Order: sequence, then structure tokens, then C-alpha cells
Amino acid sequence: MSDVLAIADHRRGELRDVSYELLTAGRDLADETGGDLHVAVVSGPVDEYAEKLDREGVDAVHTVDYGEEFNHDVYTQAITQLYDALAPQYVLAPNSVNGLDYAPAVANRLDLPLVTDVVDLAVDGDALVATREMYGGKVETTTELAADAAAVTIRSGEWPAAEGTGDATVEAFDVDIDEDAIGSTVTGFEEVAGGDVDITDADVLVSVGRGIDEEENLELIFDLAEAMDATVSSSRPIVDNGWLPPNRQVGQSGKVVTPDVYVAIGISGAVQHVAGMKGSETIVAINTDPNAPIMDIADYAIHDDLFDVVPALTEEFQ
Amino acid sequence: MKILVTVKEVATVEDEFEIDGTAIDERFLGADLNEWDDYAIEAAVQLQEDGIADEVVTVTIGPEDAEQTIRQALAKGADRAIRVWDDALADVDLLDVGAKTELLQAVVEDEDPDLVLTGVQSGDDSFGATGVSLADAIDTQWAAVVNDLEVDPDAGTASVHRELEGGVEELTEIDLPAVLTIQTGINEPRYASLRGIRQAQRKPLDHQTLADLGVDDGAVDGDLELTDMYEPETETDVTVFEGSAEETAGDLADLLREKGVEA
Repeated sequence: MSDVLAIADHRRGELRDVSYELLTAGRDLADETGGDLHVAVVSGPVDEYAEKLDREGVDAVHTVDYGEEFNHDVYTQAITQLYDALAPQYVLAPNSVNGLDYAPAVANRLDLPLVTDVVDLAVDGDALVATREMYGGKVETTTELAADAAAVTIRSGEWPAAEGTGDATVEAFDVDIDEDAIGSTVTGFEEVAGGDVDITDADVLVSVGRGIDEEENLELIFDLAEAMDATVSSSRPIVDNGWLPPNRQVGQSGKVVTPDVYVAIGISGAVQHVAGMKGSETIVAINTDPNAPIMDIADYAIHDDLFDVVPALTEEFQ
Repeated sequence: MKILVTVKEVATVEDEFEIDGTAIDERFLGADLNEWDDYAIEAAVQLQEDGIADEVVTVTIGPEDAEQTIRQALAKGADRAIRVWDDALADVDLLDVGAKTELLQAVVEDEDPDLVLTGVQSGDDSFGATGVSLADAIDTQWAAVVNDLEVDPDAGTASVHRELEGGVEELTEIDLPAVLTIQTGINEPRYASLRGIRQAQRKPLDHQTLADLGVDDGAVDGDLELTDMYEPETETDVTVFEGSAEETAGDLADLLREKGVEA
């Protein structure tokens, strides 16, 4: 019992990038335990997925040909059965929205300890050592699991994607799905509200976050954007508050942007936000907190009150 | 219909802080209602106002100090509250998903709700897993990361939107009873009214120990041990502009002009 079972993530006919990152994390872990890396792909065009997942370091791909799209009841049953058949030491799942919709259920059903949103993994003797953040990224922690087996979800973007072509065996797994236990049905998908503004198309983004405090203060940001001939985007809380429409949101659940210049104003830089803007060419942060995570990826920063700096900056461009 | 809402008091950390061993030094910690739970409370109270729910009960795992946060939930409209705490819990560094599941499972078995609402995650340890784990433990349906919810009590179903990555939502029908993990932005959490705050003082808040719940002390030990805590290393060398707001704005404007920004 030293193998690793990694579960691929896909949606609407495409494997998601985190699937290839899981292969790297899984291979690294299997090297430490001295076991094999098994990969499972459940639902959708599984043969096509299996071919893509056969990258360097993968020993076996197990396909579960049942249904088209993600369904947590099917996933939970299929992974539980794969676990019983393969007896891996560790189950690795993505810390994606879908991963969080089945991994905790799988862990509970198999009575496995669960550690989620992991950014690094190592094995120390008998213990699995997981690195994860707490308090919205203010600190990193290491957590040791002294269990024989565990389920782990990994954060996307933390491991490089596996490359090359492997020589994995591809096997169709004979799954026995109890249809009476399926109590959820996916009926469709919807894109968030559009509107005319396309923040992914802007060269310069002036992006606003929680630090703006009040809806009426947004005027300061629009004034600056107008003076700089820039487009206004935002972090999640501004959209949650209903102050800007969802198509302005940068981040994991919003849009991924790569402008020439990204000015983050009053944005702390939670990982979900950073995932949407880290590809920007030049990142400027205006924030009173010198320890805010946004400072880790900013190229230039002003550690001062946005209510003093923003009007002064607007004046510079008028 | 009865709704159970999980409510957590989370630790908040000041901008500048120090770490003491595997915890943040208490001097730099505050406490607040978990942001995600605020939306879950609001969703439950709205279902009550719409005549769909008859009773909204909150459950919190936390010490007596957490009662201030629990009263906030009561002031916003929950009818009564349960607080689970025990000396056995006070000694645990990091309560893991399995332990929380066992405690909440015992409460669900006592209360027998039709719907359980949790926040997607907590702002401190951020496992994001307890709701779905609980659903499996109590053998009900579930949906994670819900940002739109309609309940049809006659049909015994809920229609939810699950917020996937990249601005896509999944539309899902699920059978009730169910556990839903509620995402921020699903609604606009209310502020408690003065009347609500006054009423909250008189609403029942029951304390339950592990023995009351019939849970074994060993259940809360868990397999996870926090072994280190540190500030993450800064990966890039940020250039910081110093001076008054006028000076820093001037320096930044010069830089932005260099990068091609023009009025």
C-alpha cells in the first residue's frame, strides 16, 4: 500500500490544467512512497482524456465511462470503488470547486483523514507533511498526518504540469453505480452576466478591492481610470456587494486578465484574486498593509492610504 | 421546514503580527463571524421570511467567548442556537474535518433538519470541506459552492447554481434533505436591527458537551497535527515608493507614463 491515486478534473469536454499538475504532484509523492501513480478519469470522453493523461511518470490510467459531466454521486461511488480495488496510500484530488464537491464525501466514506488546499507535499518517515495557508494567506503552516492513508486536495498552479508521453497502461474500470443513490442532476451551465465591458481586452486595468470601504467611494476609482484611459476591474468583495457587475471581477471565479499594467487599489491579494492577474506585465499595488499578499507579486507599491494616493494620482494625469 | 446553519467564530489577524510557536500571538488576534456563514444565515432567514422555513437553528463549535458571535446570528433572525464545547476540545490545536463532521453529525441527528446551510469555508483554517463531509456522514444530498438557491418544499428539491471557476455556473437539481455550502455574494447579508439585537438576548442558546451529544472524547483528536507556522517568503522584489501621497503619486505617474499610460 504505497501507491497514489490522482483524480483528473474536466469540464464540458476539456481536461482542466490542474489535472496535469496533479500528475506532477502525484509522481513526486509516489517517488517518496516508492509506489506507482494511478490516475482515474471519471465521466465524459474518457478514452480521449486517458490518452492526454498518459504523460511521463504515470503508471496506469483508469477510465470510468459513466455519464458526460461531473456528478458528485457518480464520482464518490466510482472513487470509493477504485480505492477498494487499487488500495492506494494517498488519494489526490484537485482543490477545484468540483474537487471540493466530492473529495470530502470520499474521505468520509473511506474514513480517511482529509487535508485540503495543499501547496506542497512531502513524506517524513511515516507521516505525510502538507504545507497549506491559513488566515487568507497571511501565514503558511505545515501539517503532519500520521495516518496510514489520506485524501489530499491540491491547489492549482502550485505544481508544474506534467509533460511528455508516458507508457501507462490504460484500463476501463468496471464500475457498479447505484443509480438510486444519485440524488443530484446537472441541468446546464450558465456564463455570468456580460455587459459591454471586456476587462480581458484592456491594456491598463485599475482594479479596486475591499479597501474602498463604501460604494460611493468607487467614484474615485472611475475618476482615476478615466484620467489614465484605463478600464475598471475589481476583486471579489466588490462584486459580492453588488457594487460592480460580475463581468468586472478578476480572479479564479471571475476573469483571468493579462494587461500591460494592473493597478491594484485596496486589494489584499488573496490567492483566488492573484490567480486571475498574476500574468499582468507590470503590477502596481496601493495598500496600507505592507504585509498584504499582493506585495509578493507586485512590481511597484505604495504603502499608503488609497484615499490620499488615488486623488493625487488622478491629478497627475489630468 | 427546519434549517440548521453552521456558524463559526473565526480568528482574525491584524496587519502586523507575530507568531508564537504554531499559532499567531494572541495579542494580534481578533474574533468575528465567519464571512461565508453570514451569507448562509441570510439565506436561511430569507427562506423563513418567504414562508418556506418554520425554524432556523444555528450550531457553533466554540468556547463561551463565541457567544457574542452567536448572538449576532440570532439578532439577524435565527430562532435559537446550539453551542458545542467541551474541555476535550479546548486542548485541540487544529480541529480537523473528520472531528467537526462527527460533532455536527450528532447535532443533526438530534435536530433532524430538512436543510443544512454552511459557509463554503472558514476564513481562518479554510479547509472548505466540512459541509460536504457532513452530508455524506448523515447520508443526505449536498452541493458545494452555491451562489443561487431556490427551494421547492412541495417537490422536496432545491435548484442551485454552483459557482465554478472562470465565470461559469453549474445548474443543479438536488433532492432534500441536503447540505449546501453557501458562497459569498449569494445575497446581501443584513445588519442586525436594534430590535433584533434586543430580542437575541432572550433567544435560547444551549450549550452541549460531547457527553450530551453522545460523542466519544477520542473523536476530536483527529489525525492532523500542526507542526509549523511562518510568514510566507516574498517572491518578488517590490519597489516601494516612499514619501507623502503627492510624492508617491508623482513617482508612480512617472513610471506609468514610461509604461505607456497616457492621459
